Amino acid sequence: MNKIFLVLKREFLSRVQKKTFLLVTIGLPVLIFGIYAAIFYFSVNSSSKTKIMVVDDAGLFKDTIAASSKDVTYVFTNGVASSELEQKAKSKEIDGYIVVPKGASLDDKINLVTGTKIGIMTRGTITDAIQARLEKLKMDALPVSQDLLKKAKAENKVDFVNINDKNDSGMRAGVSYGVGVFCGILIYMVLLLYGTSVMRGVMEEKVSRIAEIVVSSIKPFQLMMGKILGIGAVGLLQFVIWIVLGVGLRLILIPILFPEASHMVATGAMGAGGSAADMAGVMQALSSINYPLIITMFFVYFLGGYFIYASLFAAIGCSVSDGQQDAQGLTLPVTLPIIIGFVIMMQAVNDPTSGLAVFGSLFPLTSPIVMMARVTQGVPDAVSWWELALSIVLLFGSFIITTWFAGKIYRTGILMYGKKPTWKELFKWAFRKN
Amino acid sequence: MAILELSHLKKYYATQKAVDDVSFSIEPGQIFGLLGPNGAGKTTLLRMITGIFYPDEGTITFDGKKFDPENDIQRIGYMPEERGLYKKMKIGDQAMFLARLKGLSQPEAMAKIKYWFERLEMQSWWDKKVEDLSKGMSQKLQFVITVLHEPKLIILDEPFSGLDPVNANLIKDQIFELAQKGSTIIFSTHRMEQVEEICDQIALINLGKKVLDGKVEDIRQQYKEHLYEIKLDREIAAGATSSVFETVNQAGNKMIVRINEGRTGNDILRYFLDQNIEVQHFGEILPSLNEIFIRLVHGTNAVTRSFHNI
Repeated sequence: MNKIFLVLKREFLSRVQKKTFLLVTIGLPVLIFGIYAAIFYFSVNSSSKTKIMVVDDAGLFKDTIAASSKDVTYVFTNGVASSELEQKAKSKEIDGYIVVPKGASLDDKINLVTGTKIGIMTRGTITDAIQARLEKLKMDALPVSQDLLKKAKAENKVDFVNINDKNDSGMRAGVSYGVGVFCGILIYMVLLLYGTSVMRGVMEEKVSRIAEIVVSSIKPFQLMMGKILGIGAVGLLQFVIWIVLGVGLRLILIPILFPEASHMVATGAMGAGGSAADMAGVMQALSSINYPLIITMFFVYFLGGYFIYASLFAAIGCSVSDGQQDAQGLTLPVTLPIIIGFVIMMQAVNDPTSGLAVFGSLFPLTSPIVMMARVTQGVPDAVSWWELALSIVLLFGSFIITTWFAGKIYRTGILMYGKKPTWKELFKWAFRKN
Repeated sequence: MAILELSHLKKYYATQKAVDDVSFSIEPGQIFGLLGPNGAGKTTLLRMITGIFYPDEGTITFDGKKFDPENDIQRIGYMPEERGLYKKMKIGDQAMFLARLKGLSQPEAMAKIKYWFERLEMQSWWDKKVEDLSKGMSQKLQFVITVLHEPKLIILDEPFSGLDPVNANLIKDQIFELAQKGSTIIFSTHRMEQVEEICDQIALINLGKKVLDGKVEDIRQQYKEHLYEIKLDREIAAGATSSVFETVNQAGNKMIVRINEGRTGNDILRYFLDQNIEVQHFGEILPSLNEIFIRLVHGTNAVTRSFHNI
């Protein structure tokens, strides 16, 4: 045990002390969030303005087109010759112009002449604005009162009420969907990232021939377990850092970027606008999720899944002797279930009680990913307690089996040089006696 | 009492017998040479002695008791032929890690590392990484790591490969000193001249089987061809023969003769003395281990075994 700890310590320190560790741990999320923030920022505060001149000889628009966005302005001018407009468009003084000839009716086509290329989003905005204006004018002409029309057009709200869970609002379903996908993707990445990290570590030890010296001091199994635990500890540390970073960012960055959002939460949605109410709903739904359960399950499935895949990856790492190239063919059968788990997960968030979702969340090679997507939708709504218990038992049962299996292969493989073994040979190593 | 005793050790792989019924014993304080061509089964044998492999059959007795890999490997130091170190790890940390795996406590390990680094003039290496070392330097580090925990049994697989003569001598002196202090050393190689120089006793392995073992001197005696080298004060007629010897080779006043059965070296001397020919040099030619090695191994399919499948 003490020796496993020595190996663990070396694995842990040699990774954490590297400069790249800090870079990846802090840099990666900052980079990802930075890119998202930048995309968000620029799409909100787009600087390009489109100016459209309207010569409405027929008086069709009655001198207004309600601008639905600040980016598009409509300037009504009368008595400007179309040749002059064309000149202005060519010199890019304006982006485009509309000429409505005398005698045009509300049903006629509108021609917009542009001097520059107009993006598809802006085209949509302009089309919507013009159509809305024309629709309004057409409705005004109808012999029906505005109030009646408004009433007829009003949407009916559909509320879903779950008799087992009063908190199960539509908003909450959406939010738990999001959290489920997020957790599933996180575990998916963890399995691939740290699993291959274990594989590379084992391969490095074998190729550099240090393994033979180490196994003359300790058992191969101790070396393998030390490595798996050490890299697992690095993963846990990374998660702690990310959680701290995440909380920090939430507390510091959100008030800076979206001052109105935090204000809204503080005063409690006042229903001034639809988006504010939505925001408050999201916040409420977020706080109604059973965090202790989800976080516990996250760590259970993170550790269980990691141990299963880490030992499989370790078995592969010790079977190849020429580095990456050789490993490629052998890794596929191991990475495949991870990818299948991911696919099932995407199905399971939509329909958490379907047969496929139940199977995926019980089968130990996919359960870490799939079950996370189901658990976030509520226990016992989406997952019954016995399913959860069975899944965890299966997970840890197969973790013991894969570790045993990998330990056997490791013992033989770590000192075996020469040609790449086939799967048949690997099984032979696993099942022969010492 | 022998420190290590192997009896009827066997290790079979799927396609071949890597070690096939090997027995020998090693006395404490000895330098024991394990010889054999490539693929003879030396490494497999050593891996069984270091507890990496379990033998299929046979027993290993270490220090009077049945070999118990889990505890006994703490008292064994093994330097494999394929040297390996963590490339990105600092030399000092590396030595510390491997010493602690052998069961030394932190302060104990530190004291031992300092002692050996000083001895082999490696103090300034502490913060260097292995990838910055030359091959000879990492060889020295490897040796230090092997003997750091003062093992009773030290196993060195080709310890001098890649070392320049100065460093090879440095290591050789350490080996002698360790043996004098009571450590037993197993020294595996196929370089015979080193064995003759260093080892007290040897075992020759070929095709997984022990071909011969014993003291170096005894073996050379056993395989001698009764040849003598003689230098006389004058040239004598070519092809001189007598009832005592027959000439094998003659060049000027030097000659090599084979003594006839039942005769001794004194009979040859007497033959020349009787003729009043002065003998300036007279000595028996013992075969070198290299010659014995080649004679025993030659003709077997030793080479093909180096490419084994398992």
